[in-house]
Amino acid sequence: MSTELSRRTFLRATAIAGGGVLLSSFWEPLEAATKKPAAAPVLNAFIRIQPDGIVAIASKNPEIGQGVKTMLPMLIADELDVDWKQVRIEQVDFDPKLYENQWSGGSQAVPNNWLPMRRVGAAGRAMLVAAAAKTWKVPESELSTSKGKVLHKKTGRSVSYGQLAATAATVTPPDLATVKLKEPSEFTIIGTPIPGVDNRSIVTGKPLFGIDITVPGMKYATYLKCPVYGGKVKSANLEQIRKMPGVRKAFVVEGSTTSNEFGSGVAIVADSFWHALSARKALQVTWDEGETAKQGTAVFDARAAALFKEPPQRSIRKDGDAKAALAKAAKVVTAEYSYPFLSHAQLEPQNCTAHFADGKITFWAPTQTPEDGRELVAKVMGLKEDDITIHIIRSGGGFGRRLKNDYMAEAGWIAREAGVPVKLVWTREDDFAHDFYRPGGYHSFTAGLDASGKLLAFRNHFVSFGTEKDFAPSAAISDQEFPARFVPDLAIEASVMPLGVPTGALRAPRSNALCFAFQSFLDEVAHAAGKDPLAFRRALLAVTPLPPSAVPPTRKPSPPPTPFDAARMNGVLDLVAEKSGWGKQLPRGTGMGVAFYFSHRGHFAEVAQVTVSKKGELTIDKVWVAGDIGSVIINPSNAENQAQGAVLDGISEALGQEMTFENGRAVQANFNAYPMMRINQSIPVEIHFRKTEFPPTGLGEPALPPAIPAVTNAIFAATGKRIRSLPLSKHDLSWS
Amino acid sequence: MKYKLKVNGQTRTLEAPEDMPLLWALRDGLDLKGTKFGCGIAQCGACTVLIDGEARRSCITPVSSVGKASITTIEGLSRDGSHPLQRAWEEVDVPQCGYCQAGQIMSAAALLAKTPNPTDEDIDDAMAGNICRCATYLRIRRAIHRAAGLNKTTASATTGSGK
Repeated sequence: MSTELSRRTFLRATAIAGGGVLLSSFWEPLEAATKKPAAAPVLNAFIRIQPDGIVAIASKNPEIGQGVKTMLPMLIADELDVDWKQVRIEQVDFDPKLYENQWSGGSQAVPNNWLPMRRVGAAGRAMLVAAAAKTWKVPESELSTSKGKVLHKKTGRSVSYGQLAATAATVTPPDLATVKLKEPSEFTIIGTPIPGVDNRSIVTGKPLFGIDITVPGMKYATYLKCPVYGGKVKSANLEQIRKMPGVRKAFVVEGSTTSNEFGSGVAIVADSFWHALSARKALQVTWDEGETAKQGTAVFDARAAALFKEPPQRSIRKDGDAKAALAKAAKVVTAEYSYPFLSHAQLEPQNCTAHFADGKITFWAPTQTPEDGRELVAKVMGLKEDDITIHIIRSGGGFGRRLKNDYMAEAGWIAREAGVPVKLVWTREDDFAHDFYRPGGYHSFTAGLDASGKLLAFRNHFVSFGTEKDFAPSAAISDQEFPARFVPDLAIEASVMPLGVPTGALRAPRSNALCFAFQSFLDEVAHAAGKDPLAFRRALLAVTPLPPSAVPPTRKPSPPPTPFDAARMNGVLDLVAEKSGWGKQLPRGTGMGVAFYFSHRGHFAEVAQVTVSKKGELTIDKVWVAGDIGSVIINPSNAENQAQGAVLDGISEALGQEMTFENGRAVQANFNAYPMMRINQSIPVEIHFRKTEFPPTGLGEPALPPAIPAVTNAIFAATGKRIRSLPLSKHDLSWS
Repeated sequence: MKYKLKVNGQTRTLEAPEDMPLLWALRDGLDLKGTKFGCGIAQCGACTVLIDGEARRSCITPVSSVGKASITTIEGLSRDGSHPLQRAWEEVDVPQCGYCQAGQIMSAAALLAKTPNPTDEDIDDAMAGNICRCATYLRIRRAIHRAAGLNKTTASATTGSGK
């Protein structure tokens, strides 16, 4: 399959002190191998075997709660054929000379690493087998491995990897591209539930997260930015602040004019975070608020209403002639949908520790994208990338927020100005005020049915944010948004309005919004057609699809995207219908809703059952999930946890979350105004995976999108009330 | 101001402004990083500690208000992670990002101390102040029930009285 290392890879073994072995792979950049004389190979260490049999395995990607720190080493350990109990995991630093794809996002860790990490482990195993063959003077073909031992069945001999390590270090490593991998039936770790490797530290309160970092001589910083995006400091009462208890420094930071990841503000550096915060309460800043101060939710809503009355500004996809087909339709359904801006609200507030000395800087950064962080810091601080060291630190939640590295730029700048190591910590209010929000959006839909209730024509006018050239980040729509390709006459069109509020990826970006609008409207169309909503979807999937058009580029380097596959979607739709008992009679006030979505290479269909009292009190009784993420569920324990969490996360968003803006600033400032689901609102979520022949893909995101329309469609089934905007807290669900 | 705090069975002294929340006194003053900062306004529960056995939000508890009360943080729940809740949390593989879990466990510890066999409703009541942004609630609930079971086993094994 396509999950190949994008570079030519070589392996080297090195004996280590004490007789162990360090298995390293050399990755020679492809361009160097083909265009230039071979560059000096770089070392890429993943496995270290100690004489006592302990196997240290490197985990290279940022852990943000998605389980990658456990999952990637599982791939190596299984192919190495060791007992998981022998394994110790080491989080390695950011180092693009040694490791590839050191980032976390887009549910990409599995597709990017499924084969490469297994090959690293398999190569290690091959070298240990070769070492045993050499020691015993027997052919390698007579040897097998199990749980960290090489076995010679003929003679009943066995030897541990730890004992073989020194000899293995002298073996010529195999070619990673051709090294033999296990058959799935031979897996001993992949496919078994492995608890998170940091669980013990978490439950005993060991320092683990960015906010827990302590560096000798470290001071604490708070940073107050203009509440209006892009605003600048005009003046501040710094003299007064500098005299306050515990304050070491107070200064204005100009910020960047070219990056929205380094805003202007006032930094206070103090002996403790509380000293810094106390001084901040006395801080008085005059701001030049700039243009964005004219923007706000009411302005956006009014502009969207106006844009719907005008012809769309751009065409995203056009198949056939939707206008003509709608004119001929036996029945036409129209509706407008909208959804609000959202905040990431990851529980660990943004923070970063930085130490600048002798022209070089070191970061302890809870970031999803250390490479982007380095690029940003190099740019805004005028440093060479080689002078920037980044320790990857576990994040207390990512959800896409830590794809951005504003806190790194701020911590770096403040540390250099302060002349001491600095831990920058944001307040929760900073976090809500300075997010890269999930953008809101507005959809005007029209669908045309023939006399038999078949969907023949479909039109969506999407009003979003952006410029003449581009959509704002995460505010775009794809030309393959379902039912695109499955309806002969279809138009997806868009108009945009300018946006000064920064936006970015929130878990299942775009999908988390579009799925609600499209799968809710399709549900409406199904009811208008007099069809069962699940059967209506099945019929749509049975249409021979039109070809996909050009696929937008994904983040580099990455296996090519898996296309939407109607058969796989049908498979999960059937599975969720069976598991949920779809179609059974339910009393009035109780209803089931269904939705499906393809995102991040995962096909997911979900059914929700809700009960709504006559007064309008909503109880979500249960959610059933059927997912297809390929042939193997690498870690079933984490898979269930991620999928349940994603469903509850989506429902949490739908229930009550909304960011609004007035005069260019966020209105909601803390959790009291931005409700997160709590345990008393949690819902049973039953997860089923349908295993198919495809290579495994990621699970951080794709279970989220269908949860929202499954619930809103269930509300319609229960009450006859169609939910066309979020959050649900703004709707009266009462019925009689 | 100088404060003497009874933390995890030890008397610790620190210098702090009187309005400094206990959260920051623990984290920055006493280097006990297990108690987490989440919201600063007692909305998320990440900072939950036990004060004389009661679950309290340390982010809004001034250090000057604690006096001679006995403080237990996640670090003091057991010496080695052997508290039934800690064991159950590991066995059920509760955490995703893990950031809220110390606060969750402390709230659960206060619950189990008073209600050794909690119902789902008891759990909802005691735990609704703790946000898990990753929404691991289904496992948190399971782990609390499991810990209640472990508690029973441990109690009968060690004392034979079930007390």
